[in-house]
Amino acid sequence: MSENIKQIRVALRNCGFINPESIDEYIAADGYEALGRVLTEKTPEEATKEIIDSGLRGRGGGGFPTGVKWDIARKVESDQKYVVCNADEGDPGAFMDRSILEGDPHSVIEAMAINGYCIGADKGLVYIRAEYPLAIERLKTALDQAREYGLLGEDIFGTGFNFDIEIRYGAGAFVCGEETALINSMEGHRGEPTFKPPFPAQSGYLGKPTNVNNVETFANIPVIFNKGAEWFASIGTEKSTGTKVFALAGKINNVGLIEVPMGTTLREVIFEIGGGIKDGKKFKSVQTGGPSGGCLTEKHLDTPIDFDNLLESGSMMGSGGMIVMDEDDCMVSVARFYLDFTVEESCGKCTPCRVGNKRLYELLDIISKGNGSNNDLDKLRNLGEVIIDTSLCGLGQTSPNPVLSTMDNFWDEYLAHVEDQRCPAGQCKDLIRYEVIEENCVGCTACARNCPVNCISGERKEIHHIDQSLCIKCGACFEKCRFNAISVS
Amino acid sequence: MSAIKIKLRENDLQQLKEVCSSFNNEAGELINVLHKAQSIFGYLPAEVQEVIAKELNVSVAKVYGVVTFYSFFTMVPRGRHPISICTGTACYVRGAEKVLDEFKRILKVPVGEATPDGKFSITGLRCVGACGLAPVVLVGDKTYGRVAPDGVKEILKEYEDK
Amino acid sequence: MEKIKVKIDNRLVEVEKGTTILEAARKLDVNIPTLCYMNLGDMDIEHRPGGCRICVVEVEGRRNLAPSCATDCHDGMEVKTHSIRVLNARRTVMELMLSDHPFECLTCAKSGKCDLQSMAIKLGIRDIHYQGEKSTYKPDFSPAILRDMDKCIMCRRCEKMCNEVQTVGVLSGIYRGFEAVVAPAFERDLDHSECTYCGQCVAVCPTAALTEVDHTNQVLRALADPAKTVVVQTAPAVRAALGEEFGMEPGTLVTGKMVAALRQLEFDYVFDTDFAADLTIMEEGAEILGRLGKFLAGDKDVKLPVLTSCCPGWVSFFEYHFPDQRDIPSTARSPQQMFGAVAKTWFAEKIKKDRKDMVVVSIMPCVAKKYECTREEFATGGNPDVDYSLSTRELANLIKRANIDFNKLPDEDFDGPMGESTGAGVIFGTTGGVIEAATRSAYEIYTKKPLDKVDFKQLRGMEGIREATVDFNGFPLKIGIAHGLGNARKLLENIRAGKSEFHAIEIMACPGGCIGGGGQPLHHGNSEILKARQKAIYREDSGKPIRKSHENPSIIKLYEEYLGEPLGEKAHQLLHTRYFDRGREIVIEADVKEEQ
Repeated sequence: MSENIKQIRVALRNCGFINPESIDEYIAADGYEALGRVLTEKTPEEATKEIIDSGLRGRGGGGFPTGVKWDIARKVESDQKYVVCNADEGDPGAFMDRSILEGDPHSVIEAMAINGYCIGADKGLVYIRAEYPLAIERLKTALDQAREYGLLGEDIFGTGFNFDIEIRYGAGAFVCGEETALINSMEGHRGEPTFKPPFPAQSGYLGKPTNVNNVETFANIPVIFNKGAEWFASIGTEKSTGTKVFALAGKINNVGLIEVPMGTTLREVIFEIGGGIKDGKKFKSVQTGGPSGGCLTEKHLDTPIDFDNLLESGSMMGSGGMIVMDEDDCMVSVARFYLDFTVEESCGKCTPCRVGNKRLYELLDIISKGNGSNNDLDKLRNLGEVIIDTSLCGLGQTSPNPVLSTMDNFWDEYLAHVEDQRCPAGQCKDLIRYEVIEENCVGCTACARNCPVNCISGERKEIHHIDQSLCIKCGACFEKCRFNAISVS
Repeated sequence: MSAIKIKLRENDLQQLKEVCSSFNNEAGELINVLHKAQSIFGYLPAEVQEVIAKELNVSVAKVYGVVTFYSFFTMVPRGRHPISICTGTACYVRGAEKVLDEFKRILKVPVGEATPDGKFSITGLRCVGACGLAPVVLVGDKTYGRVAPDGVKEILKEYEDK
Repeated sequence: MEKIKVKIDNRLVEVEKGTTILEAARKLDVNIPTLCYMNLGDMDIEHRPGGCRICVVEVEGRRNLAPSCATDCHDGMEVKTHSIRVLNARRTVMELMLSDHPFECLTCAKSGKCDLQSMAIKLGIRDIHYQGEKSTYKPDFSPAILRDMDKCIMCRRCEKMCNEVQTVGVLSGIYRGFEAVVAPAFERDLDHSECTYCGQCVAVCPTAALTEVDHTNQVLRALADPAKTVVVQTAPAVRAALGEEFGMEPGTLVTGKMVAALRQLEFDYVFDTDFAADLTIMEEGAEILGRLGKFLAGDKDVKLPVLTSCCPGWVSFFEYHFPDQRDIPSTARSPQQMFGAVAKTWFAEKIKKDRKDMVVVSIMPCVAKKYECTREEFATGGNPDVDYSLSTRELANLIKRANIDFNKLPDEDFDGPMGESTGAGVIFGTTGGVIEAATRSAYEIYTKKPLDKVDFKQLRGMEGIREATVDFNGFPLKIGIAHGLGNARKLLENIRAGKSEFHAIEIMACPGGCIGGGGQPLHHGNSEILKARQKAIYREDSGKPIRKSHENPSIIKLYEEYLGEPLGEKAHQLLHTRYFDRGREIVIEADVKEEQ
């Protein structure tokens, strides 16, 4: 990805610049300096205050002030506390945590140790996706090196502070991004969330006070101490300080990770950094916040991106996935796609998420097949709102966002499906027909040869015909025809 | 009213016991143990779960409850060349569904199952973090990027004699 | 304790810190509906997964609705339990639950007693706006419990009972999302699991996902068969609960009406399991004194403590989980099986009937009894000692079906000789009762002195594990009591570790003992009901003219006429049993392909 003036690297400061398998290179880049200073010069209270002052908010989705979270865990009295790093990156289309762990694992280790010192924990755990073998390998290497250098283990920097880190593996459950589910999973249980309070800061891993932050949040910590809370707070907006890493993907020219100051607009991200829409197509929507974020539209392009603005627009920051869609994407299908994901990833514990999301999906499916009614649209909205209002954890409390936001922003498209049985984007299979435009067909047989179900008939140099009863609407004929002789309607 | 018997090969049993004891037979390590066991056996048949339950002193029902909760764990053997099609959002908007359909059509097996000869199996995968290459297909450890439906045959061809 | 003030539906209430919204509302007589929540206070069983979301309420200043069962009050909190937002949400959640539930209410076994059904009525559901796929699962038929998981609403109460309370560990949540359900490992049937059939899952299931296997039709057929002599026995705890099925207050004793009803149902002989309970005391008491005697004589190999063995759920439990300890429990059969064995021998001879022409039916507060009477060792030539075991609930259904107005029935007496019993027999129905009955007799036999006071109050109560020492002429007899298999497990683990100091222990699988059995009228999470039943049992005991088993004249006659001595040869053959090692075993498979 081309470097752009609008980007600032804070969380990704070392990624790609240092050898992630060398602790010396990390140290040369001011690594472990923050830990040293915190341990020797600051009380846990002072260090925690620094994080509060920086205004850093959790990068995993919720946007809860990190320092405040630490402070709560710090104040709870207990013989044992834990620091947990959530590296179970589950949002499809987001891979910033993987990149940080692969490119700069020491920054996370250093931050966890600082966190341990601040709250009074001597044990850290990294809960990482088993599907990230390289990240796991590099993290293990980094842990060994840190132990060898005395940066983990006993009496770190001769201060009497002990801290070490263990690895726990995720096993493919999106809901484990929710911290209570994550803790259950680390304890060897089904990853079902439990109601809060008690918060993990009061009773977490093995019933002990536990602070959970995600990888990107931790990656910001050392810099805050190295450059100061004031410096960090000067980046971004008043209530969302610092930068945010986004994974740009979808119908956009430059895909990949970007890091921009909070407050950058979606337009700057998509059209300047992302290089605009692929194949010169028209921008339609951008989905932020992972599977339970919302789909934003043209009118949101100039809104500065921060936690609160995104929430207000009906979406959320999430962990920073950003999927760009163009005019060919049907928003009903997109909503259905996300619901398919939540239905599969719901843990099944509470009724609204277990049954409600399934019913939402089914309603969307009916609509995308042209069998929906206006009444179904009312049901969609009521159900979506009740699921948000009654679900036990963050997954259900946000899962209807893609539906509600697309209904808000693309109401006409829903109406077209329901009232005219028409998919304006031409994506809903059941609502489209591929037909041969007889006056253009030269009988080249390209479509027939490429049809996977052999439903196109016609002799060479004669007009071809598509058997609609067999057509699976894969679009192969449309793509292969060089004479514009296939129409989509 | 006879005892419930679990059949297992001596060698497998020994390996499993070693895995469990390497985690101090702690119930809290169940998920780590299951990961290890699946990497050894390729999947987690009932017998393996029974032994793990016994070694970690948790109920078999609980082990089964955990295995069926997490999508990473499987009770069906995978093919020699497991095909994973990323169904993450980026891949979806770039046509992963059609690629998946094409694999299913050619191999004539549904998602989650292996071909009768045990050669291929198809699974859907949530985002492998290679969204720049969307749509992405993994065959074993090998990654194929920007796969189009008509490229599926070619990919399979590579494994013709393997 | 710190006090806080909360406003619920515009009414102020002062509660202790740590009180949930649900509890605070109840103080104001505001009954917020609940479905998954369950609190059996006296037995320390609380279940609040916060999963059903029926009990949600609106809390001022909170973004989303709060589950009242799992949300603590805070000072100054303002709660609305029936705002339009709450009512709409609650109704929608209920409709969602119903949209994944079979509409079989008219023919459902639980109809009229179903918590889901009453909730639908309470919430005024007239239409289900959300329809779609329903989850379906393979039904599971075991000898005692039916699992029809299509009716499961994922309240997870059964899982709580099976794992945390009973520590049997047969059930677990499996899969996730819409497919999620509670099932045994690998979704095998219960009879391929380590299920003890204690029935506590059935006792707490709000719907008909878990019910007992219904044997009422078989019993009706037997009653209609002129060639069969049908004998019925009624367990002690049944008389203290049956009335609830007919609208009576919990704790109403209905012994006489029950006998009358059974006679109207045309059972040929209406007998009492209490008689067999007295018989059990003769055998078990003799065993305790025998082992104790050897122990006092310096025998180092004697197995102590003696554990009671009248509860089939408990027997299965130690066969599965503590097979190495299976020589410790008394070998005495349960009263149900002693009754069957004596009925089909001694009594059969008396009425000159072949056992094949006799049908023995038991009315039990229990689900495991259905399984117990199918155990092979309790049959002669394929003919079981007890043919059918009905739960208290099934008996109530039978009475209703026979158009009997139970409440207006006169009190009648059991038939002789197997209907005669003592107060010691009746207290078998509650936790602590068996060991108290045994102590009454063992004391008098051991010390050869009459008891000053028959009541051993130190053995009574509802605490999960209790202990007491009884002075046996200077010898301190240490007694342990556990009810609920989780509590039993604790005592057994101590025994296994050689740390137990007890001489005798009573164990009952169900919390509360048989009064809280899996076959009793549903308590719907109200533990006051169990306490009322317990009181009734002790009332029945104190009203009996004879209160010690060894003084039961019919029992004395049975030994004189037929059995000889307790633990004698005949007694051994008819009244004792053996236990099996049913622990999980790993078998190494010889596999020749290994080397290939």
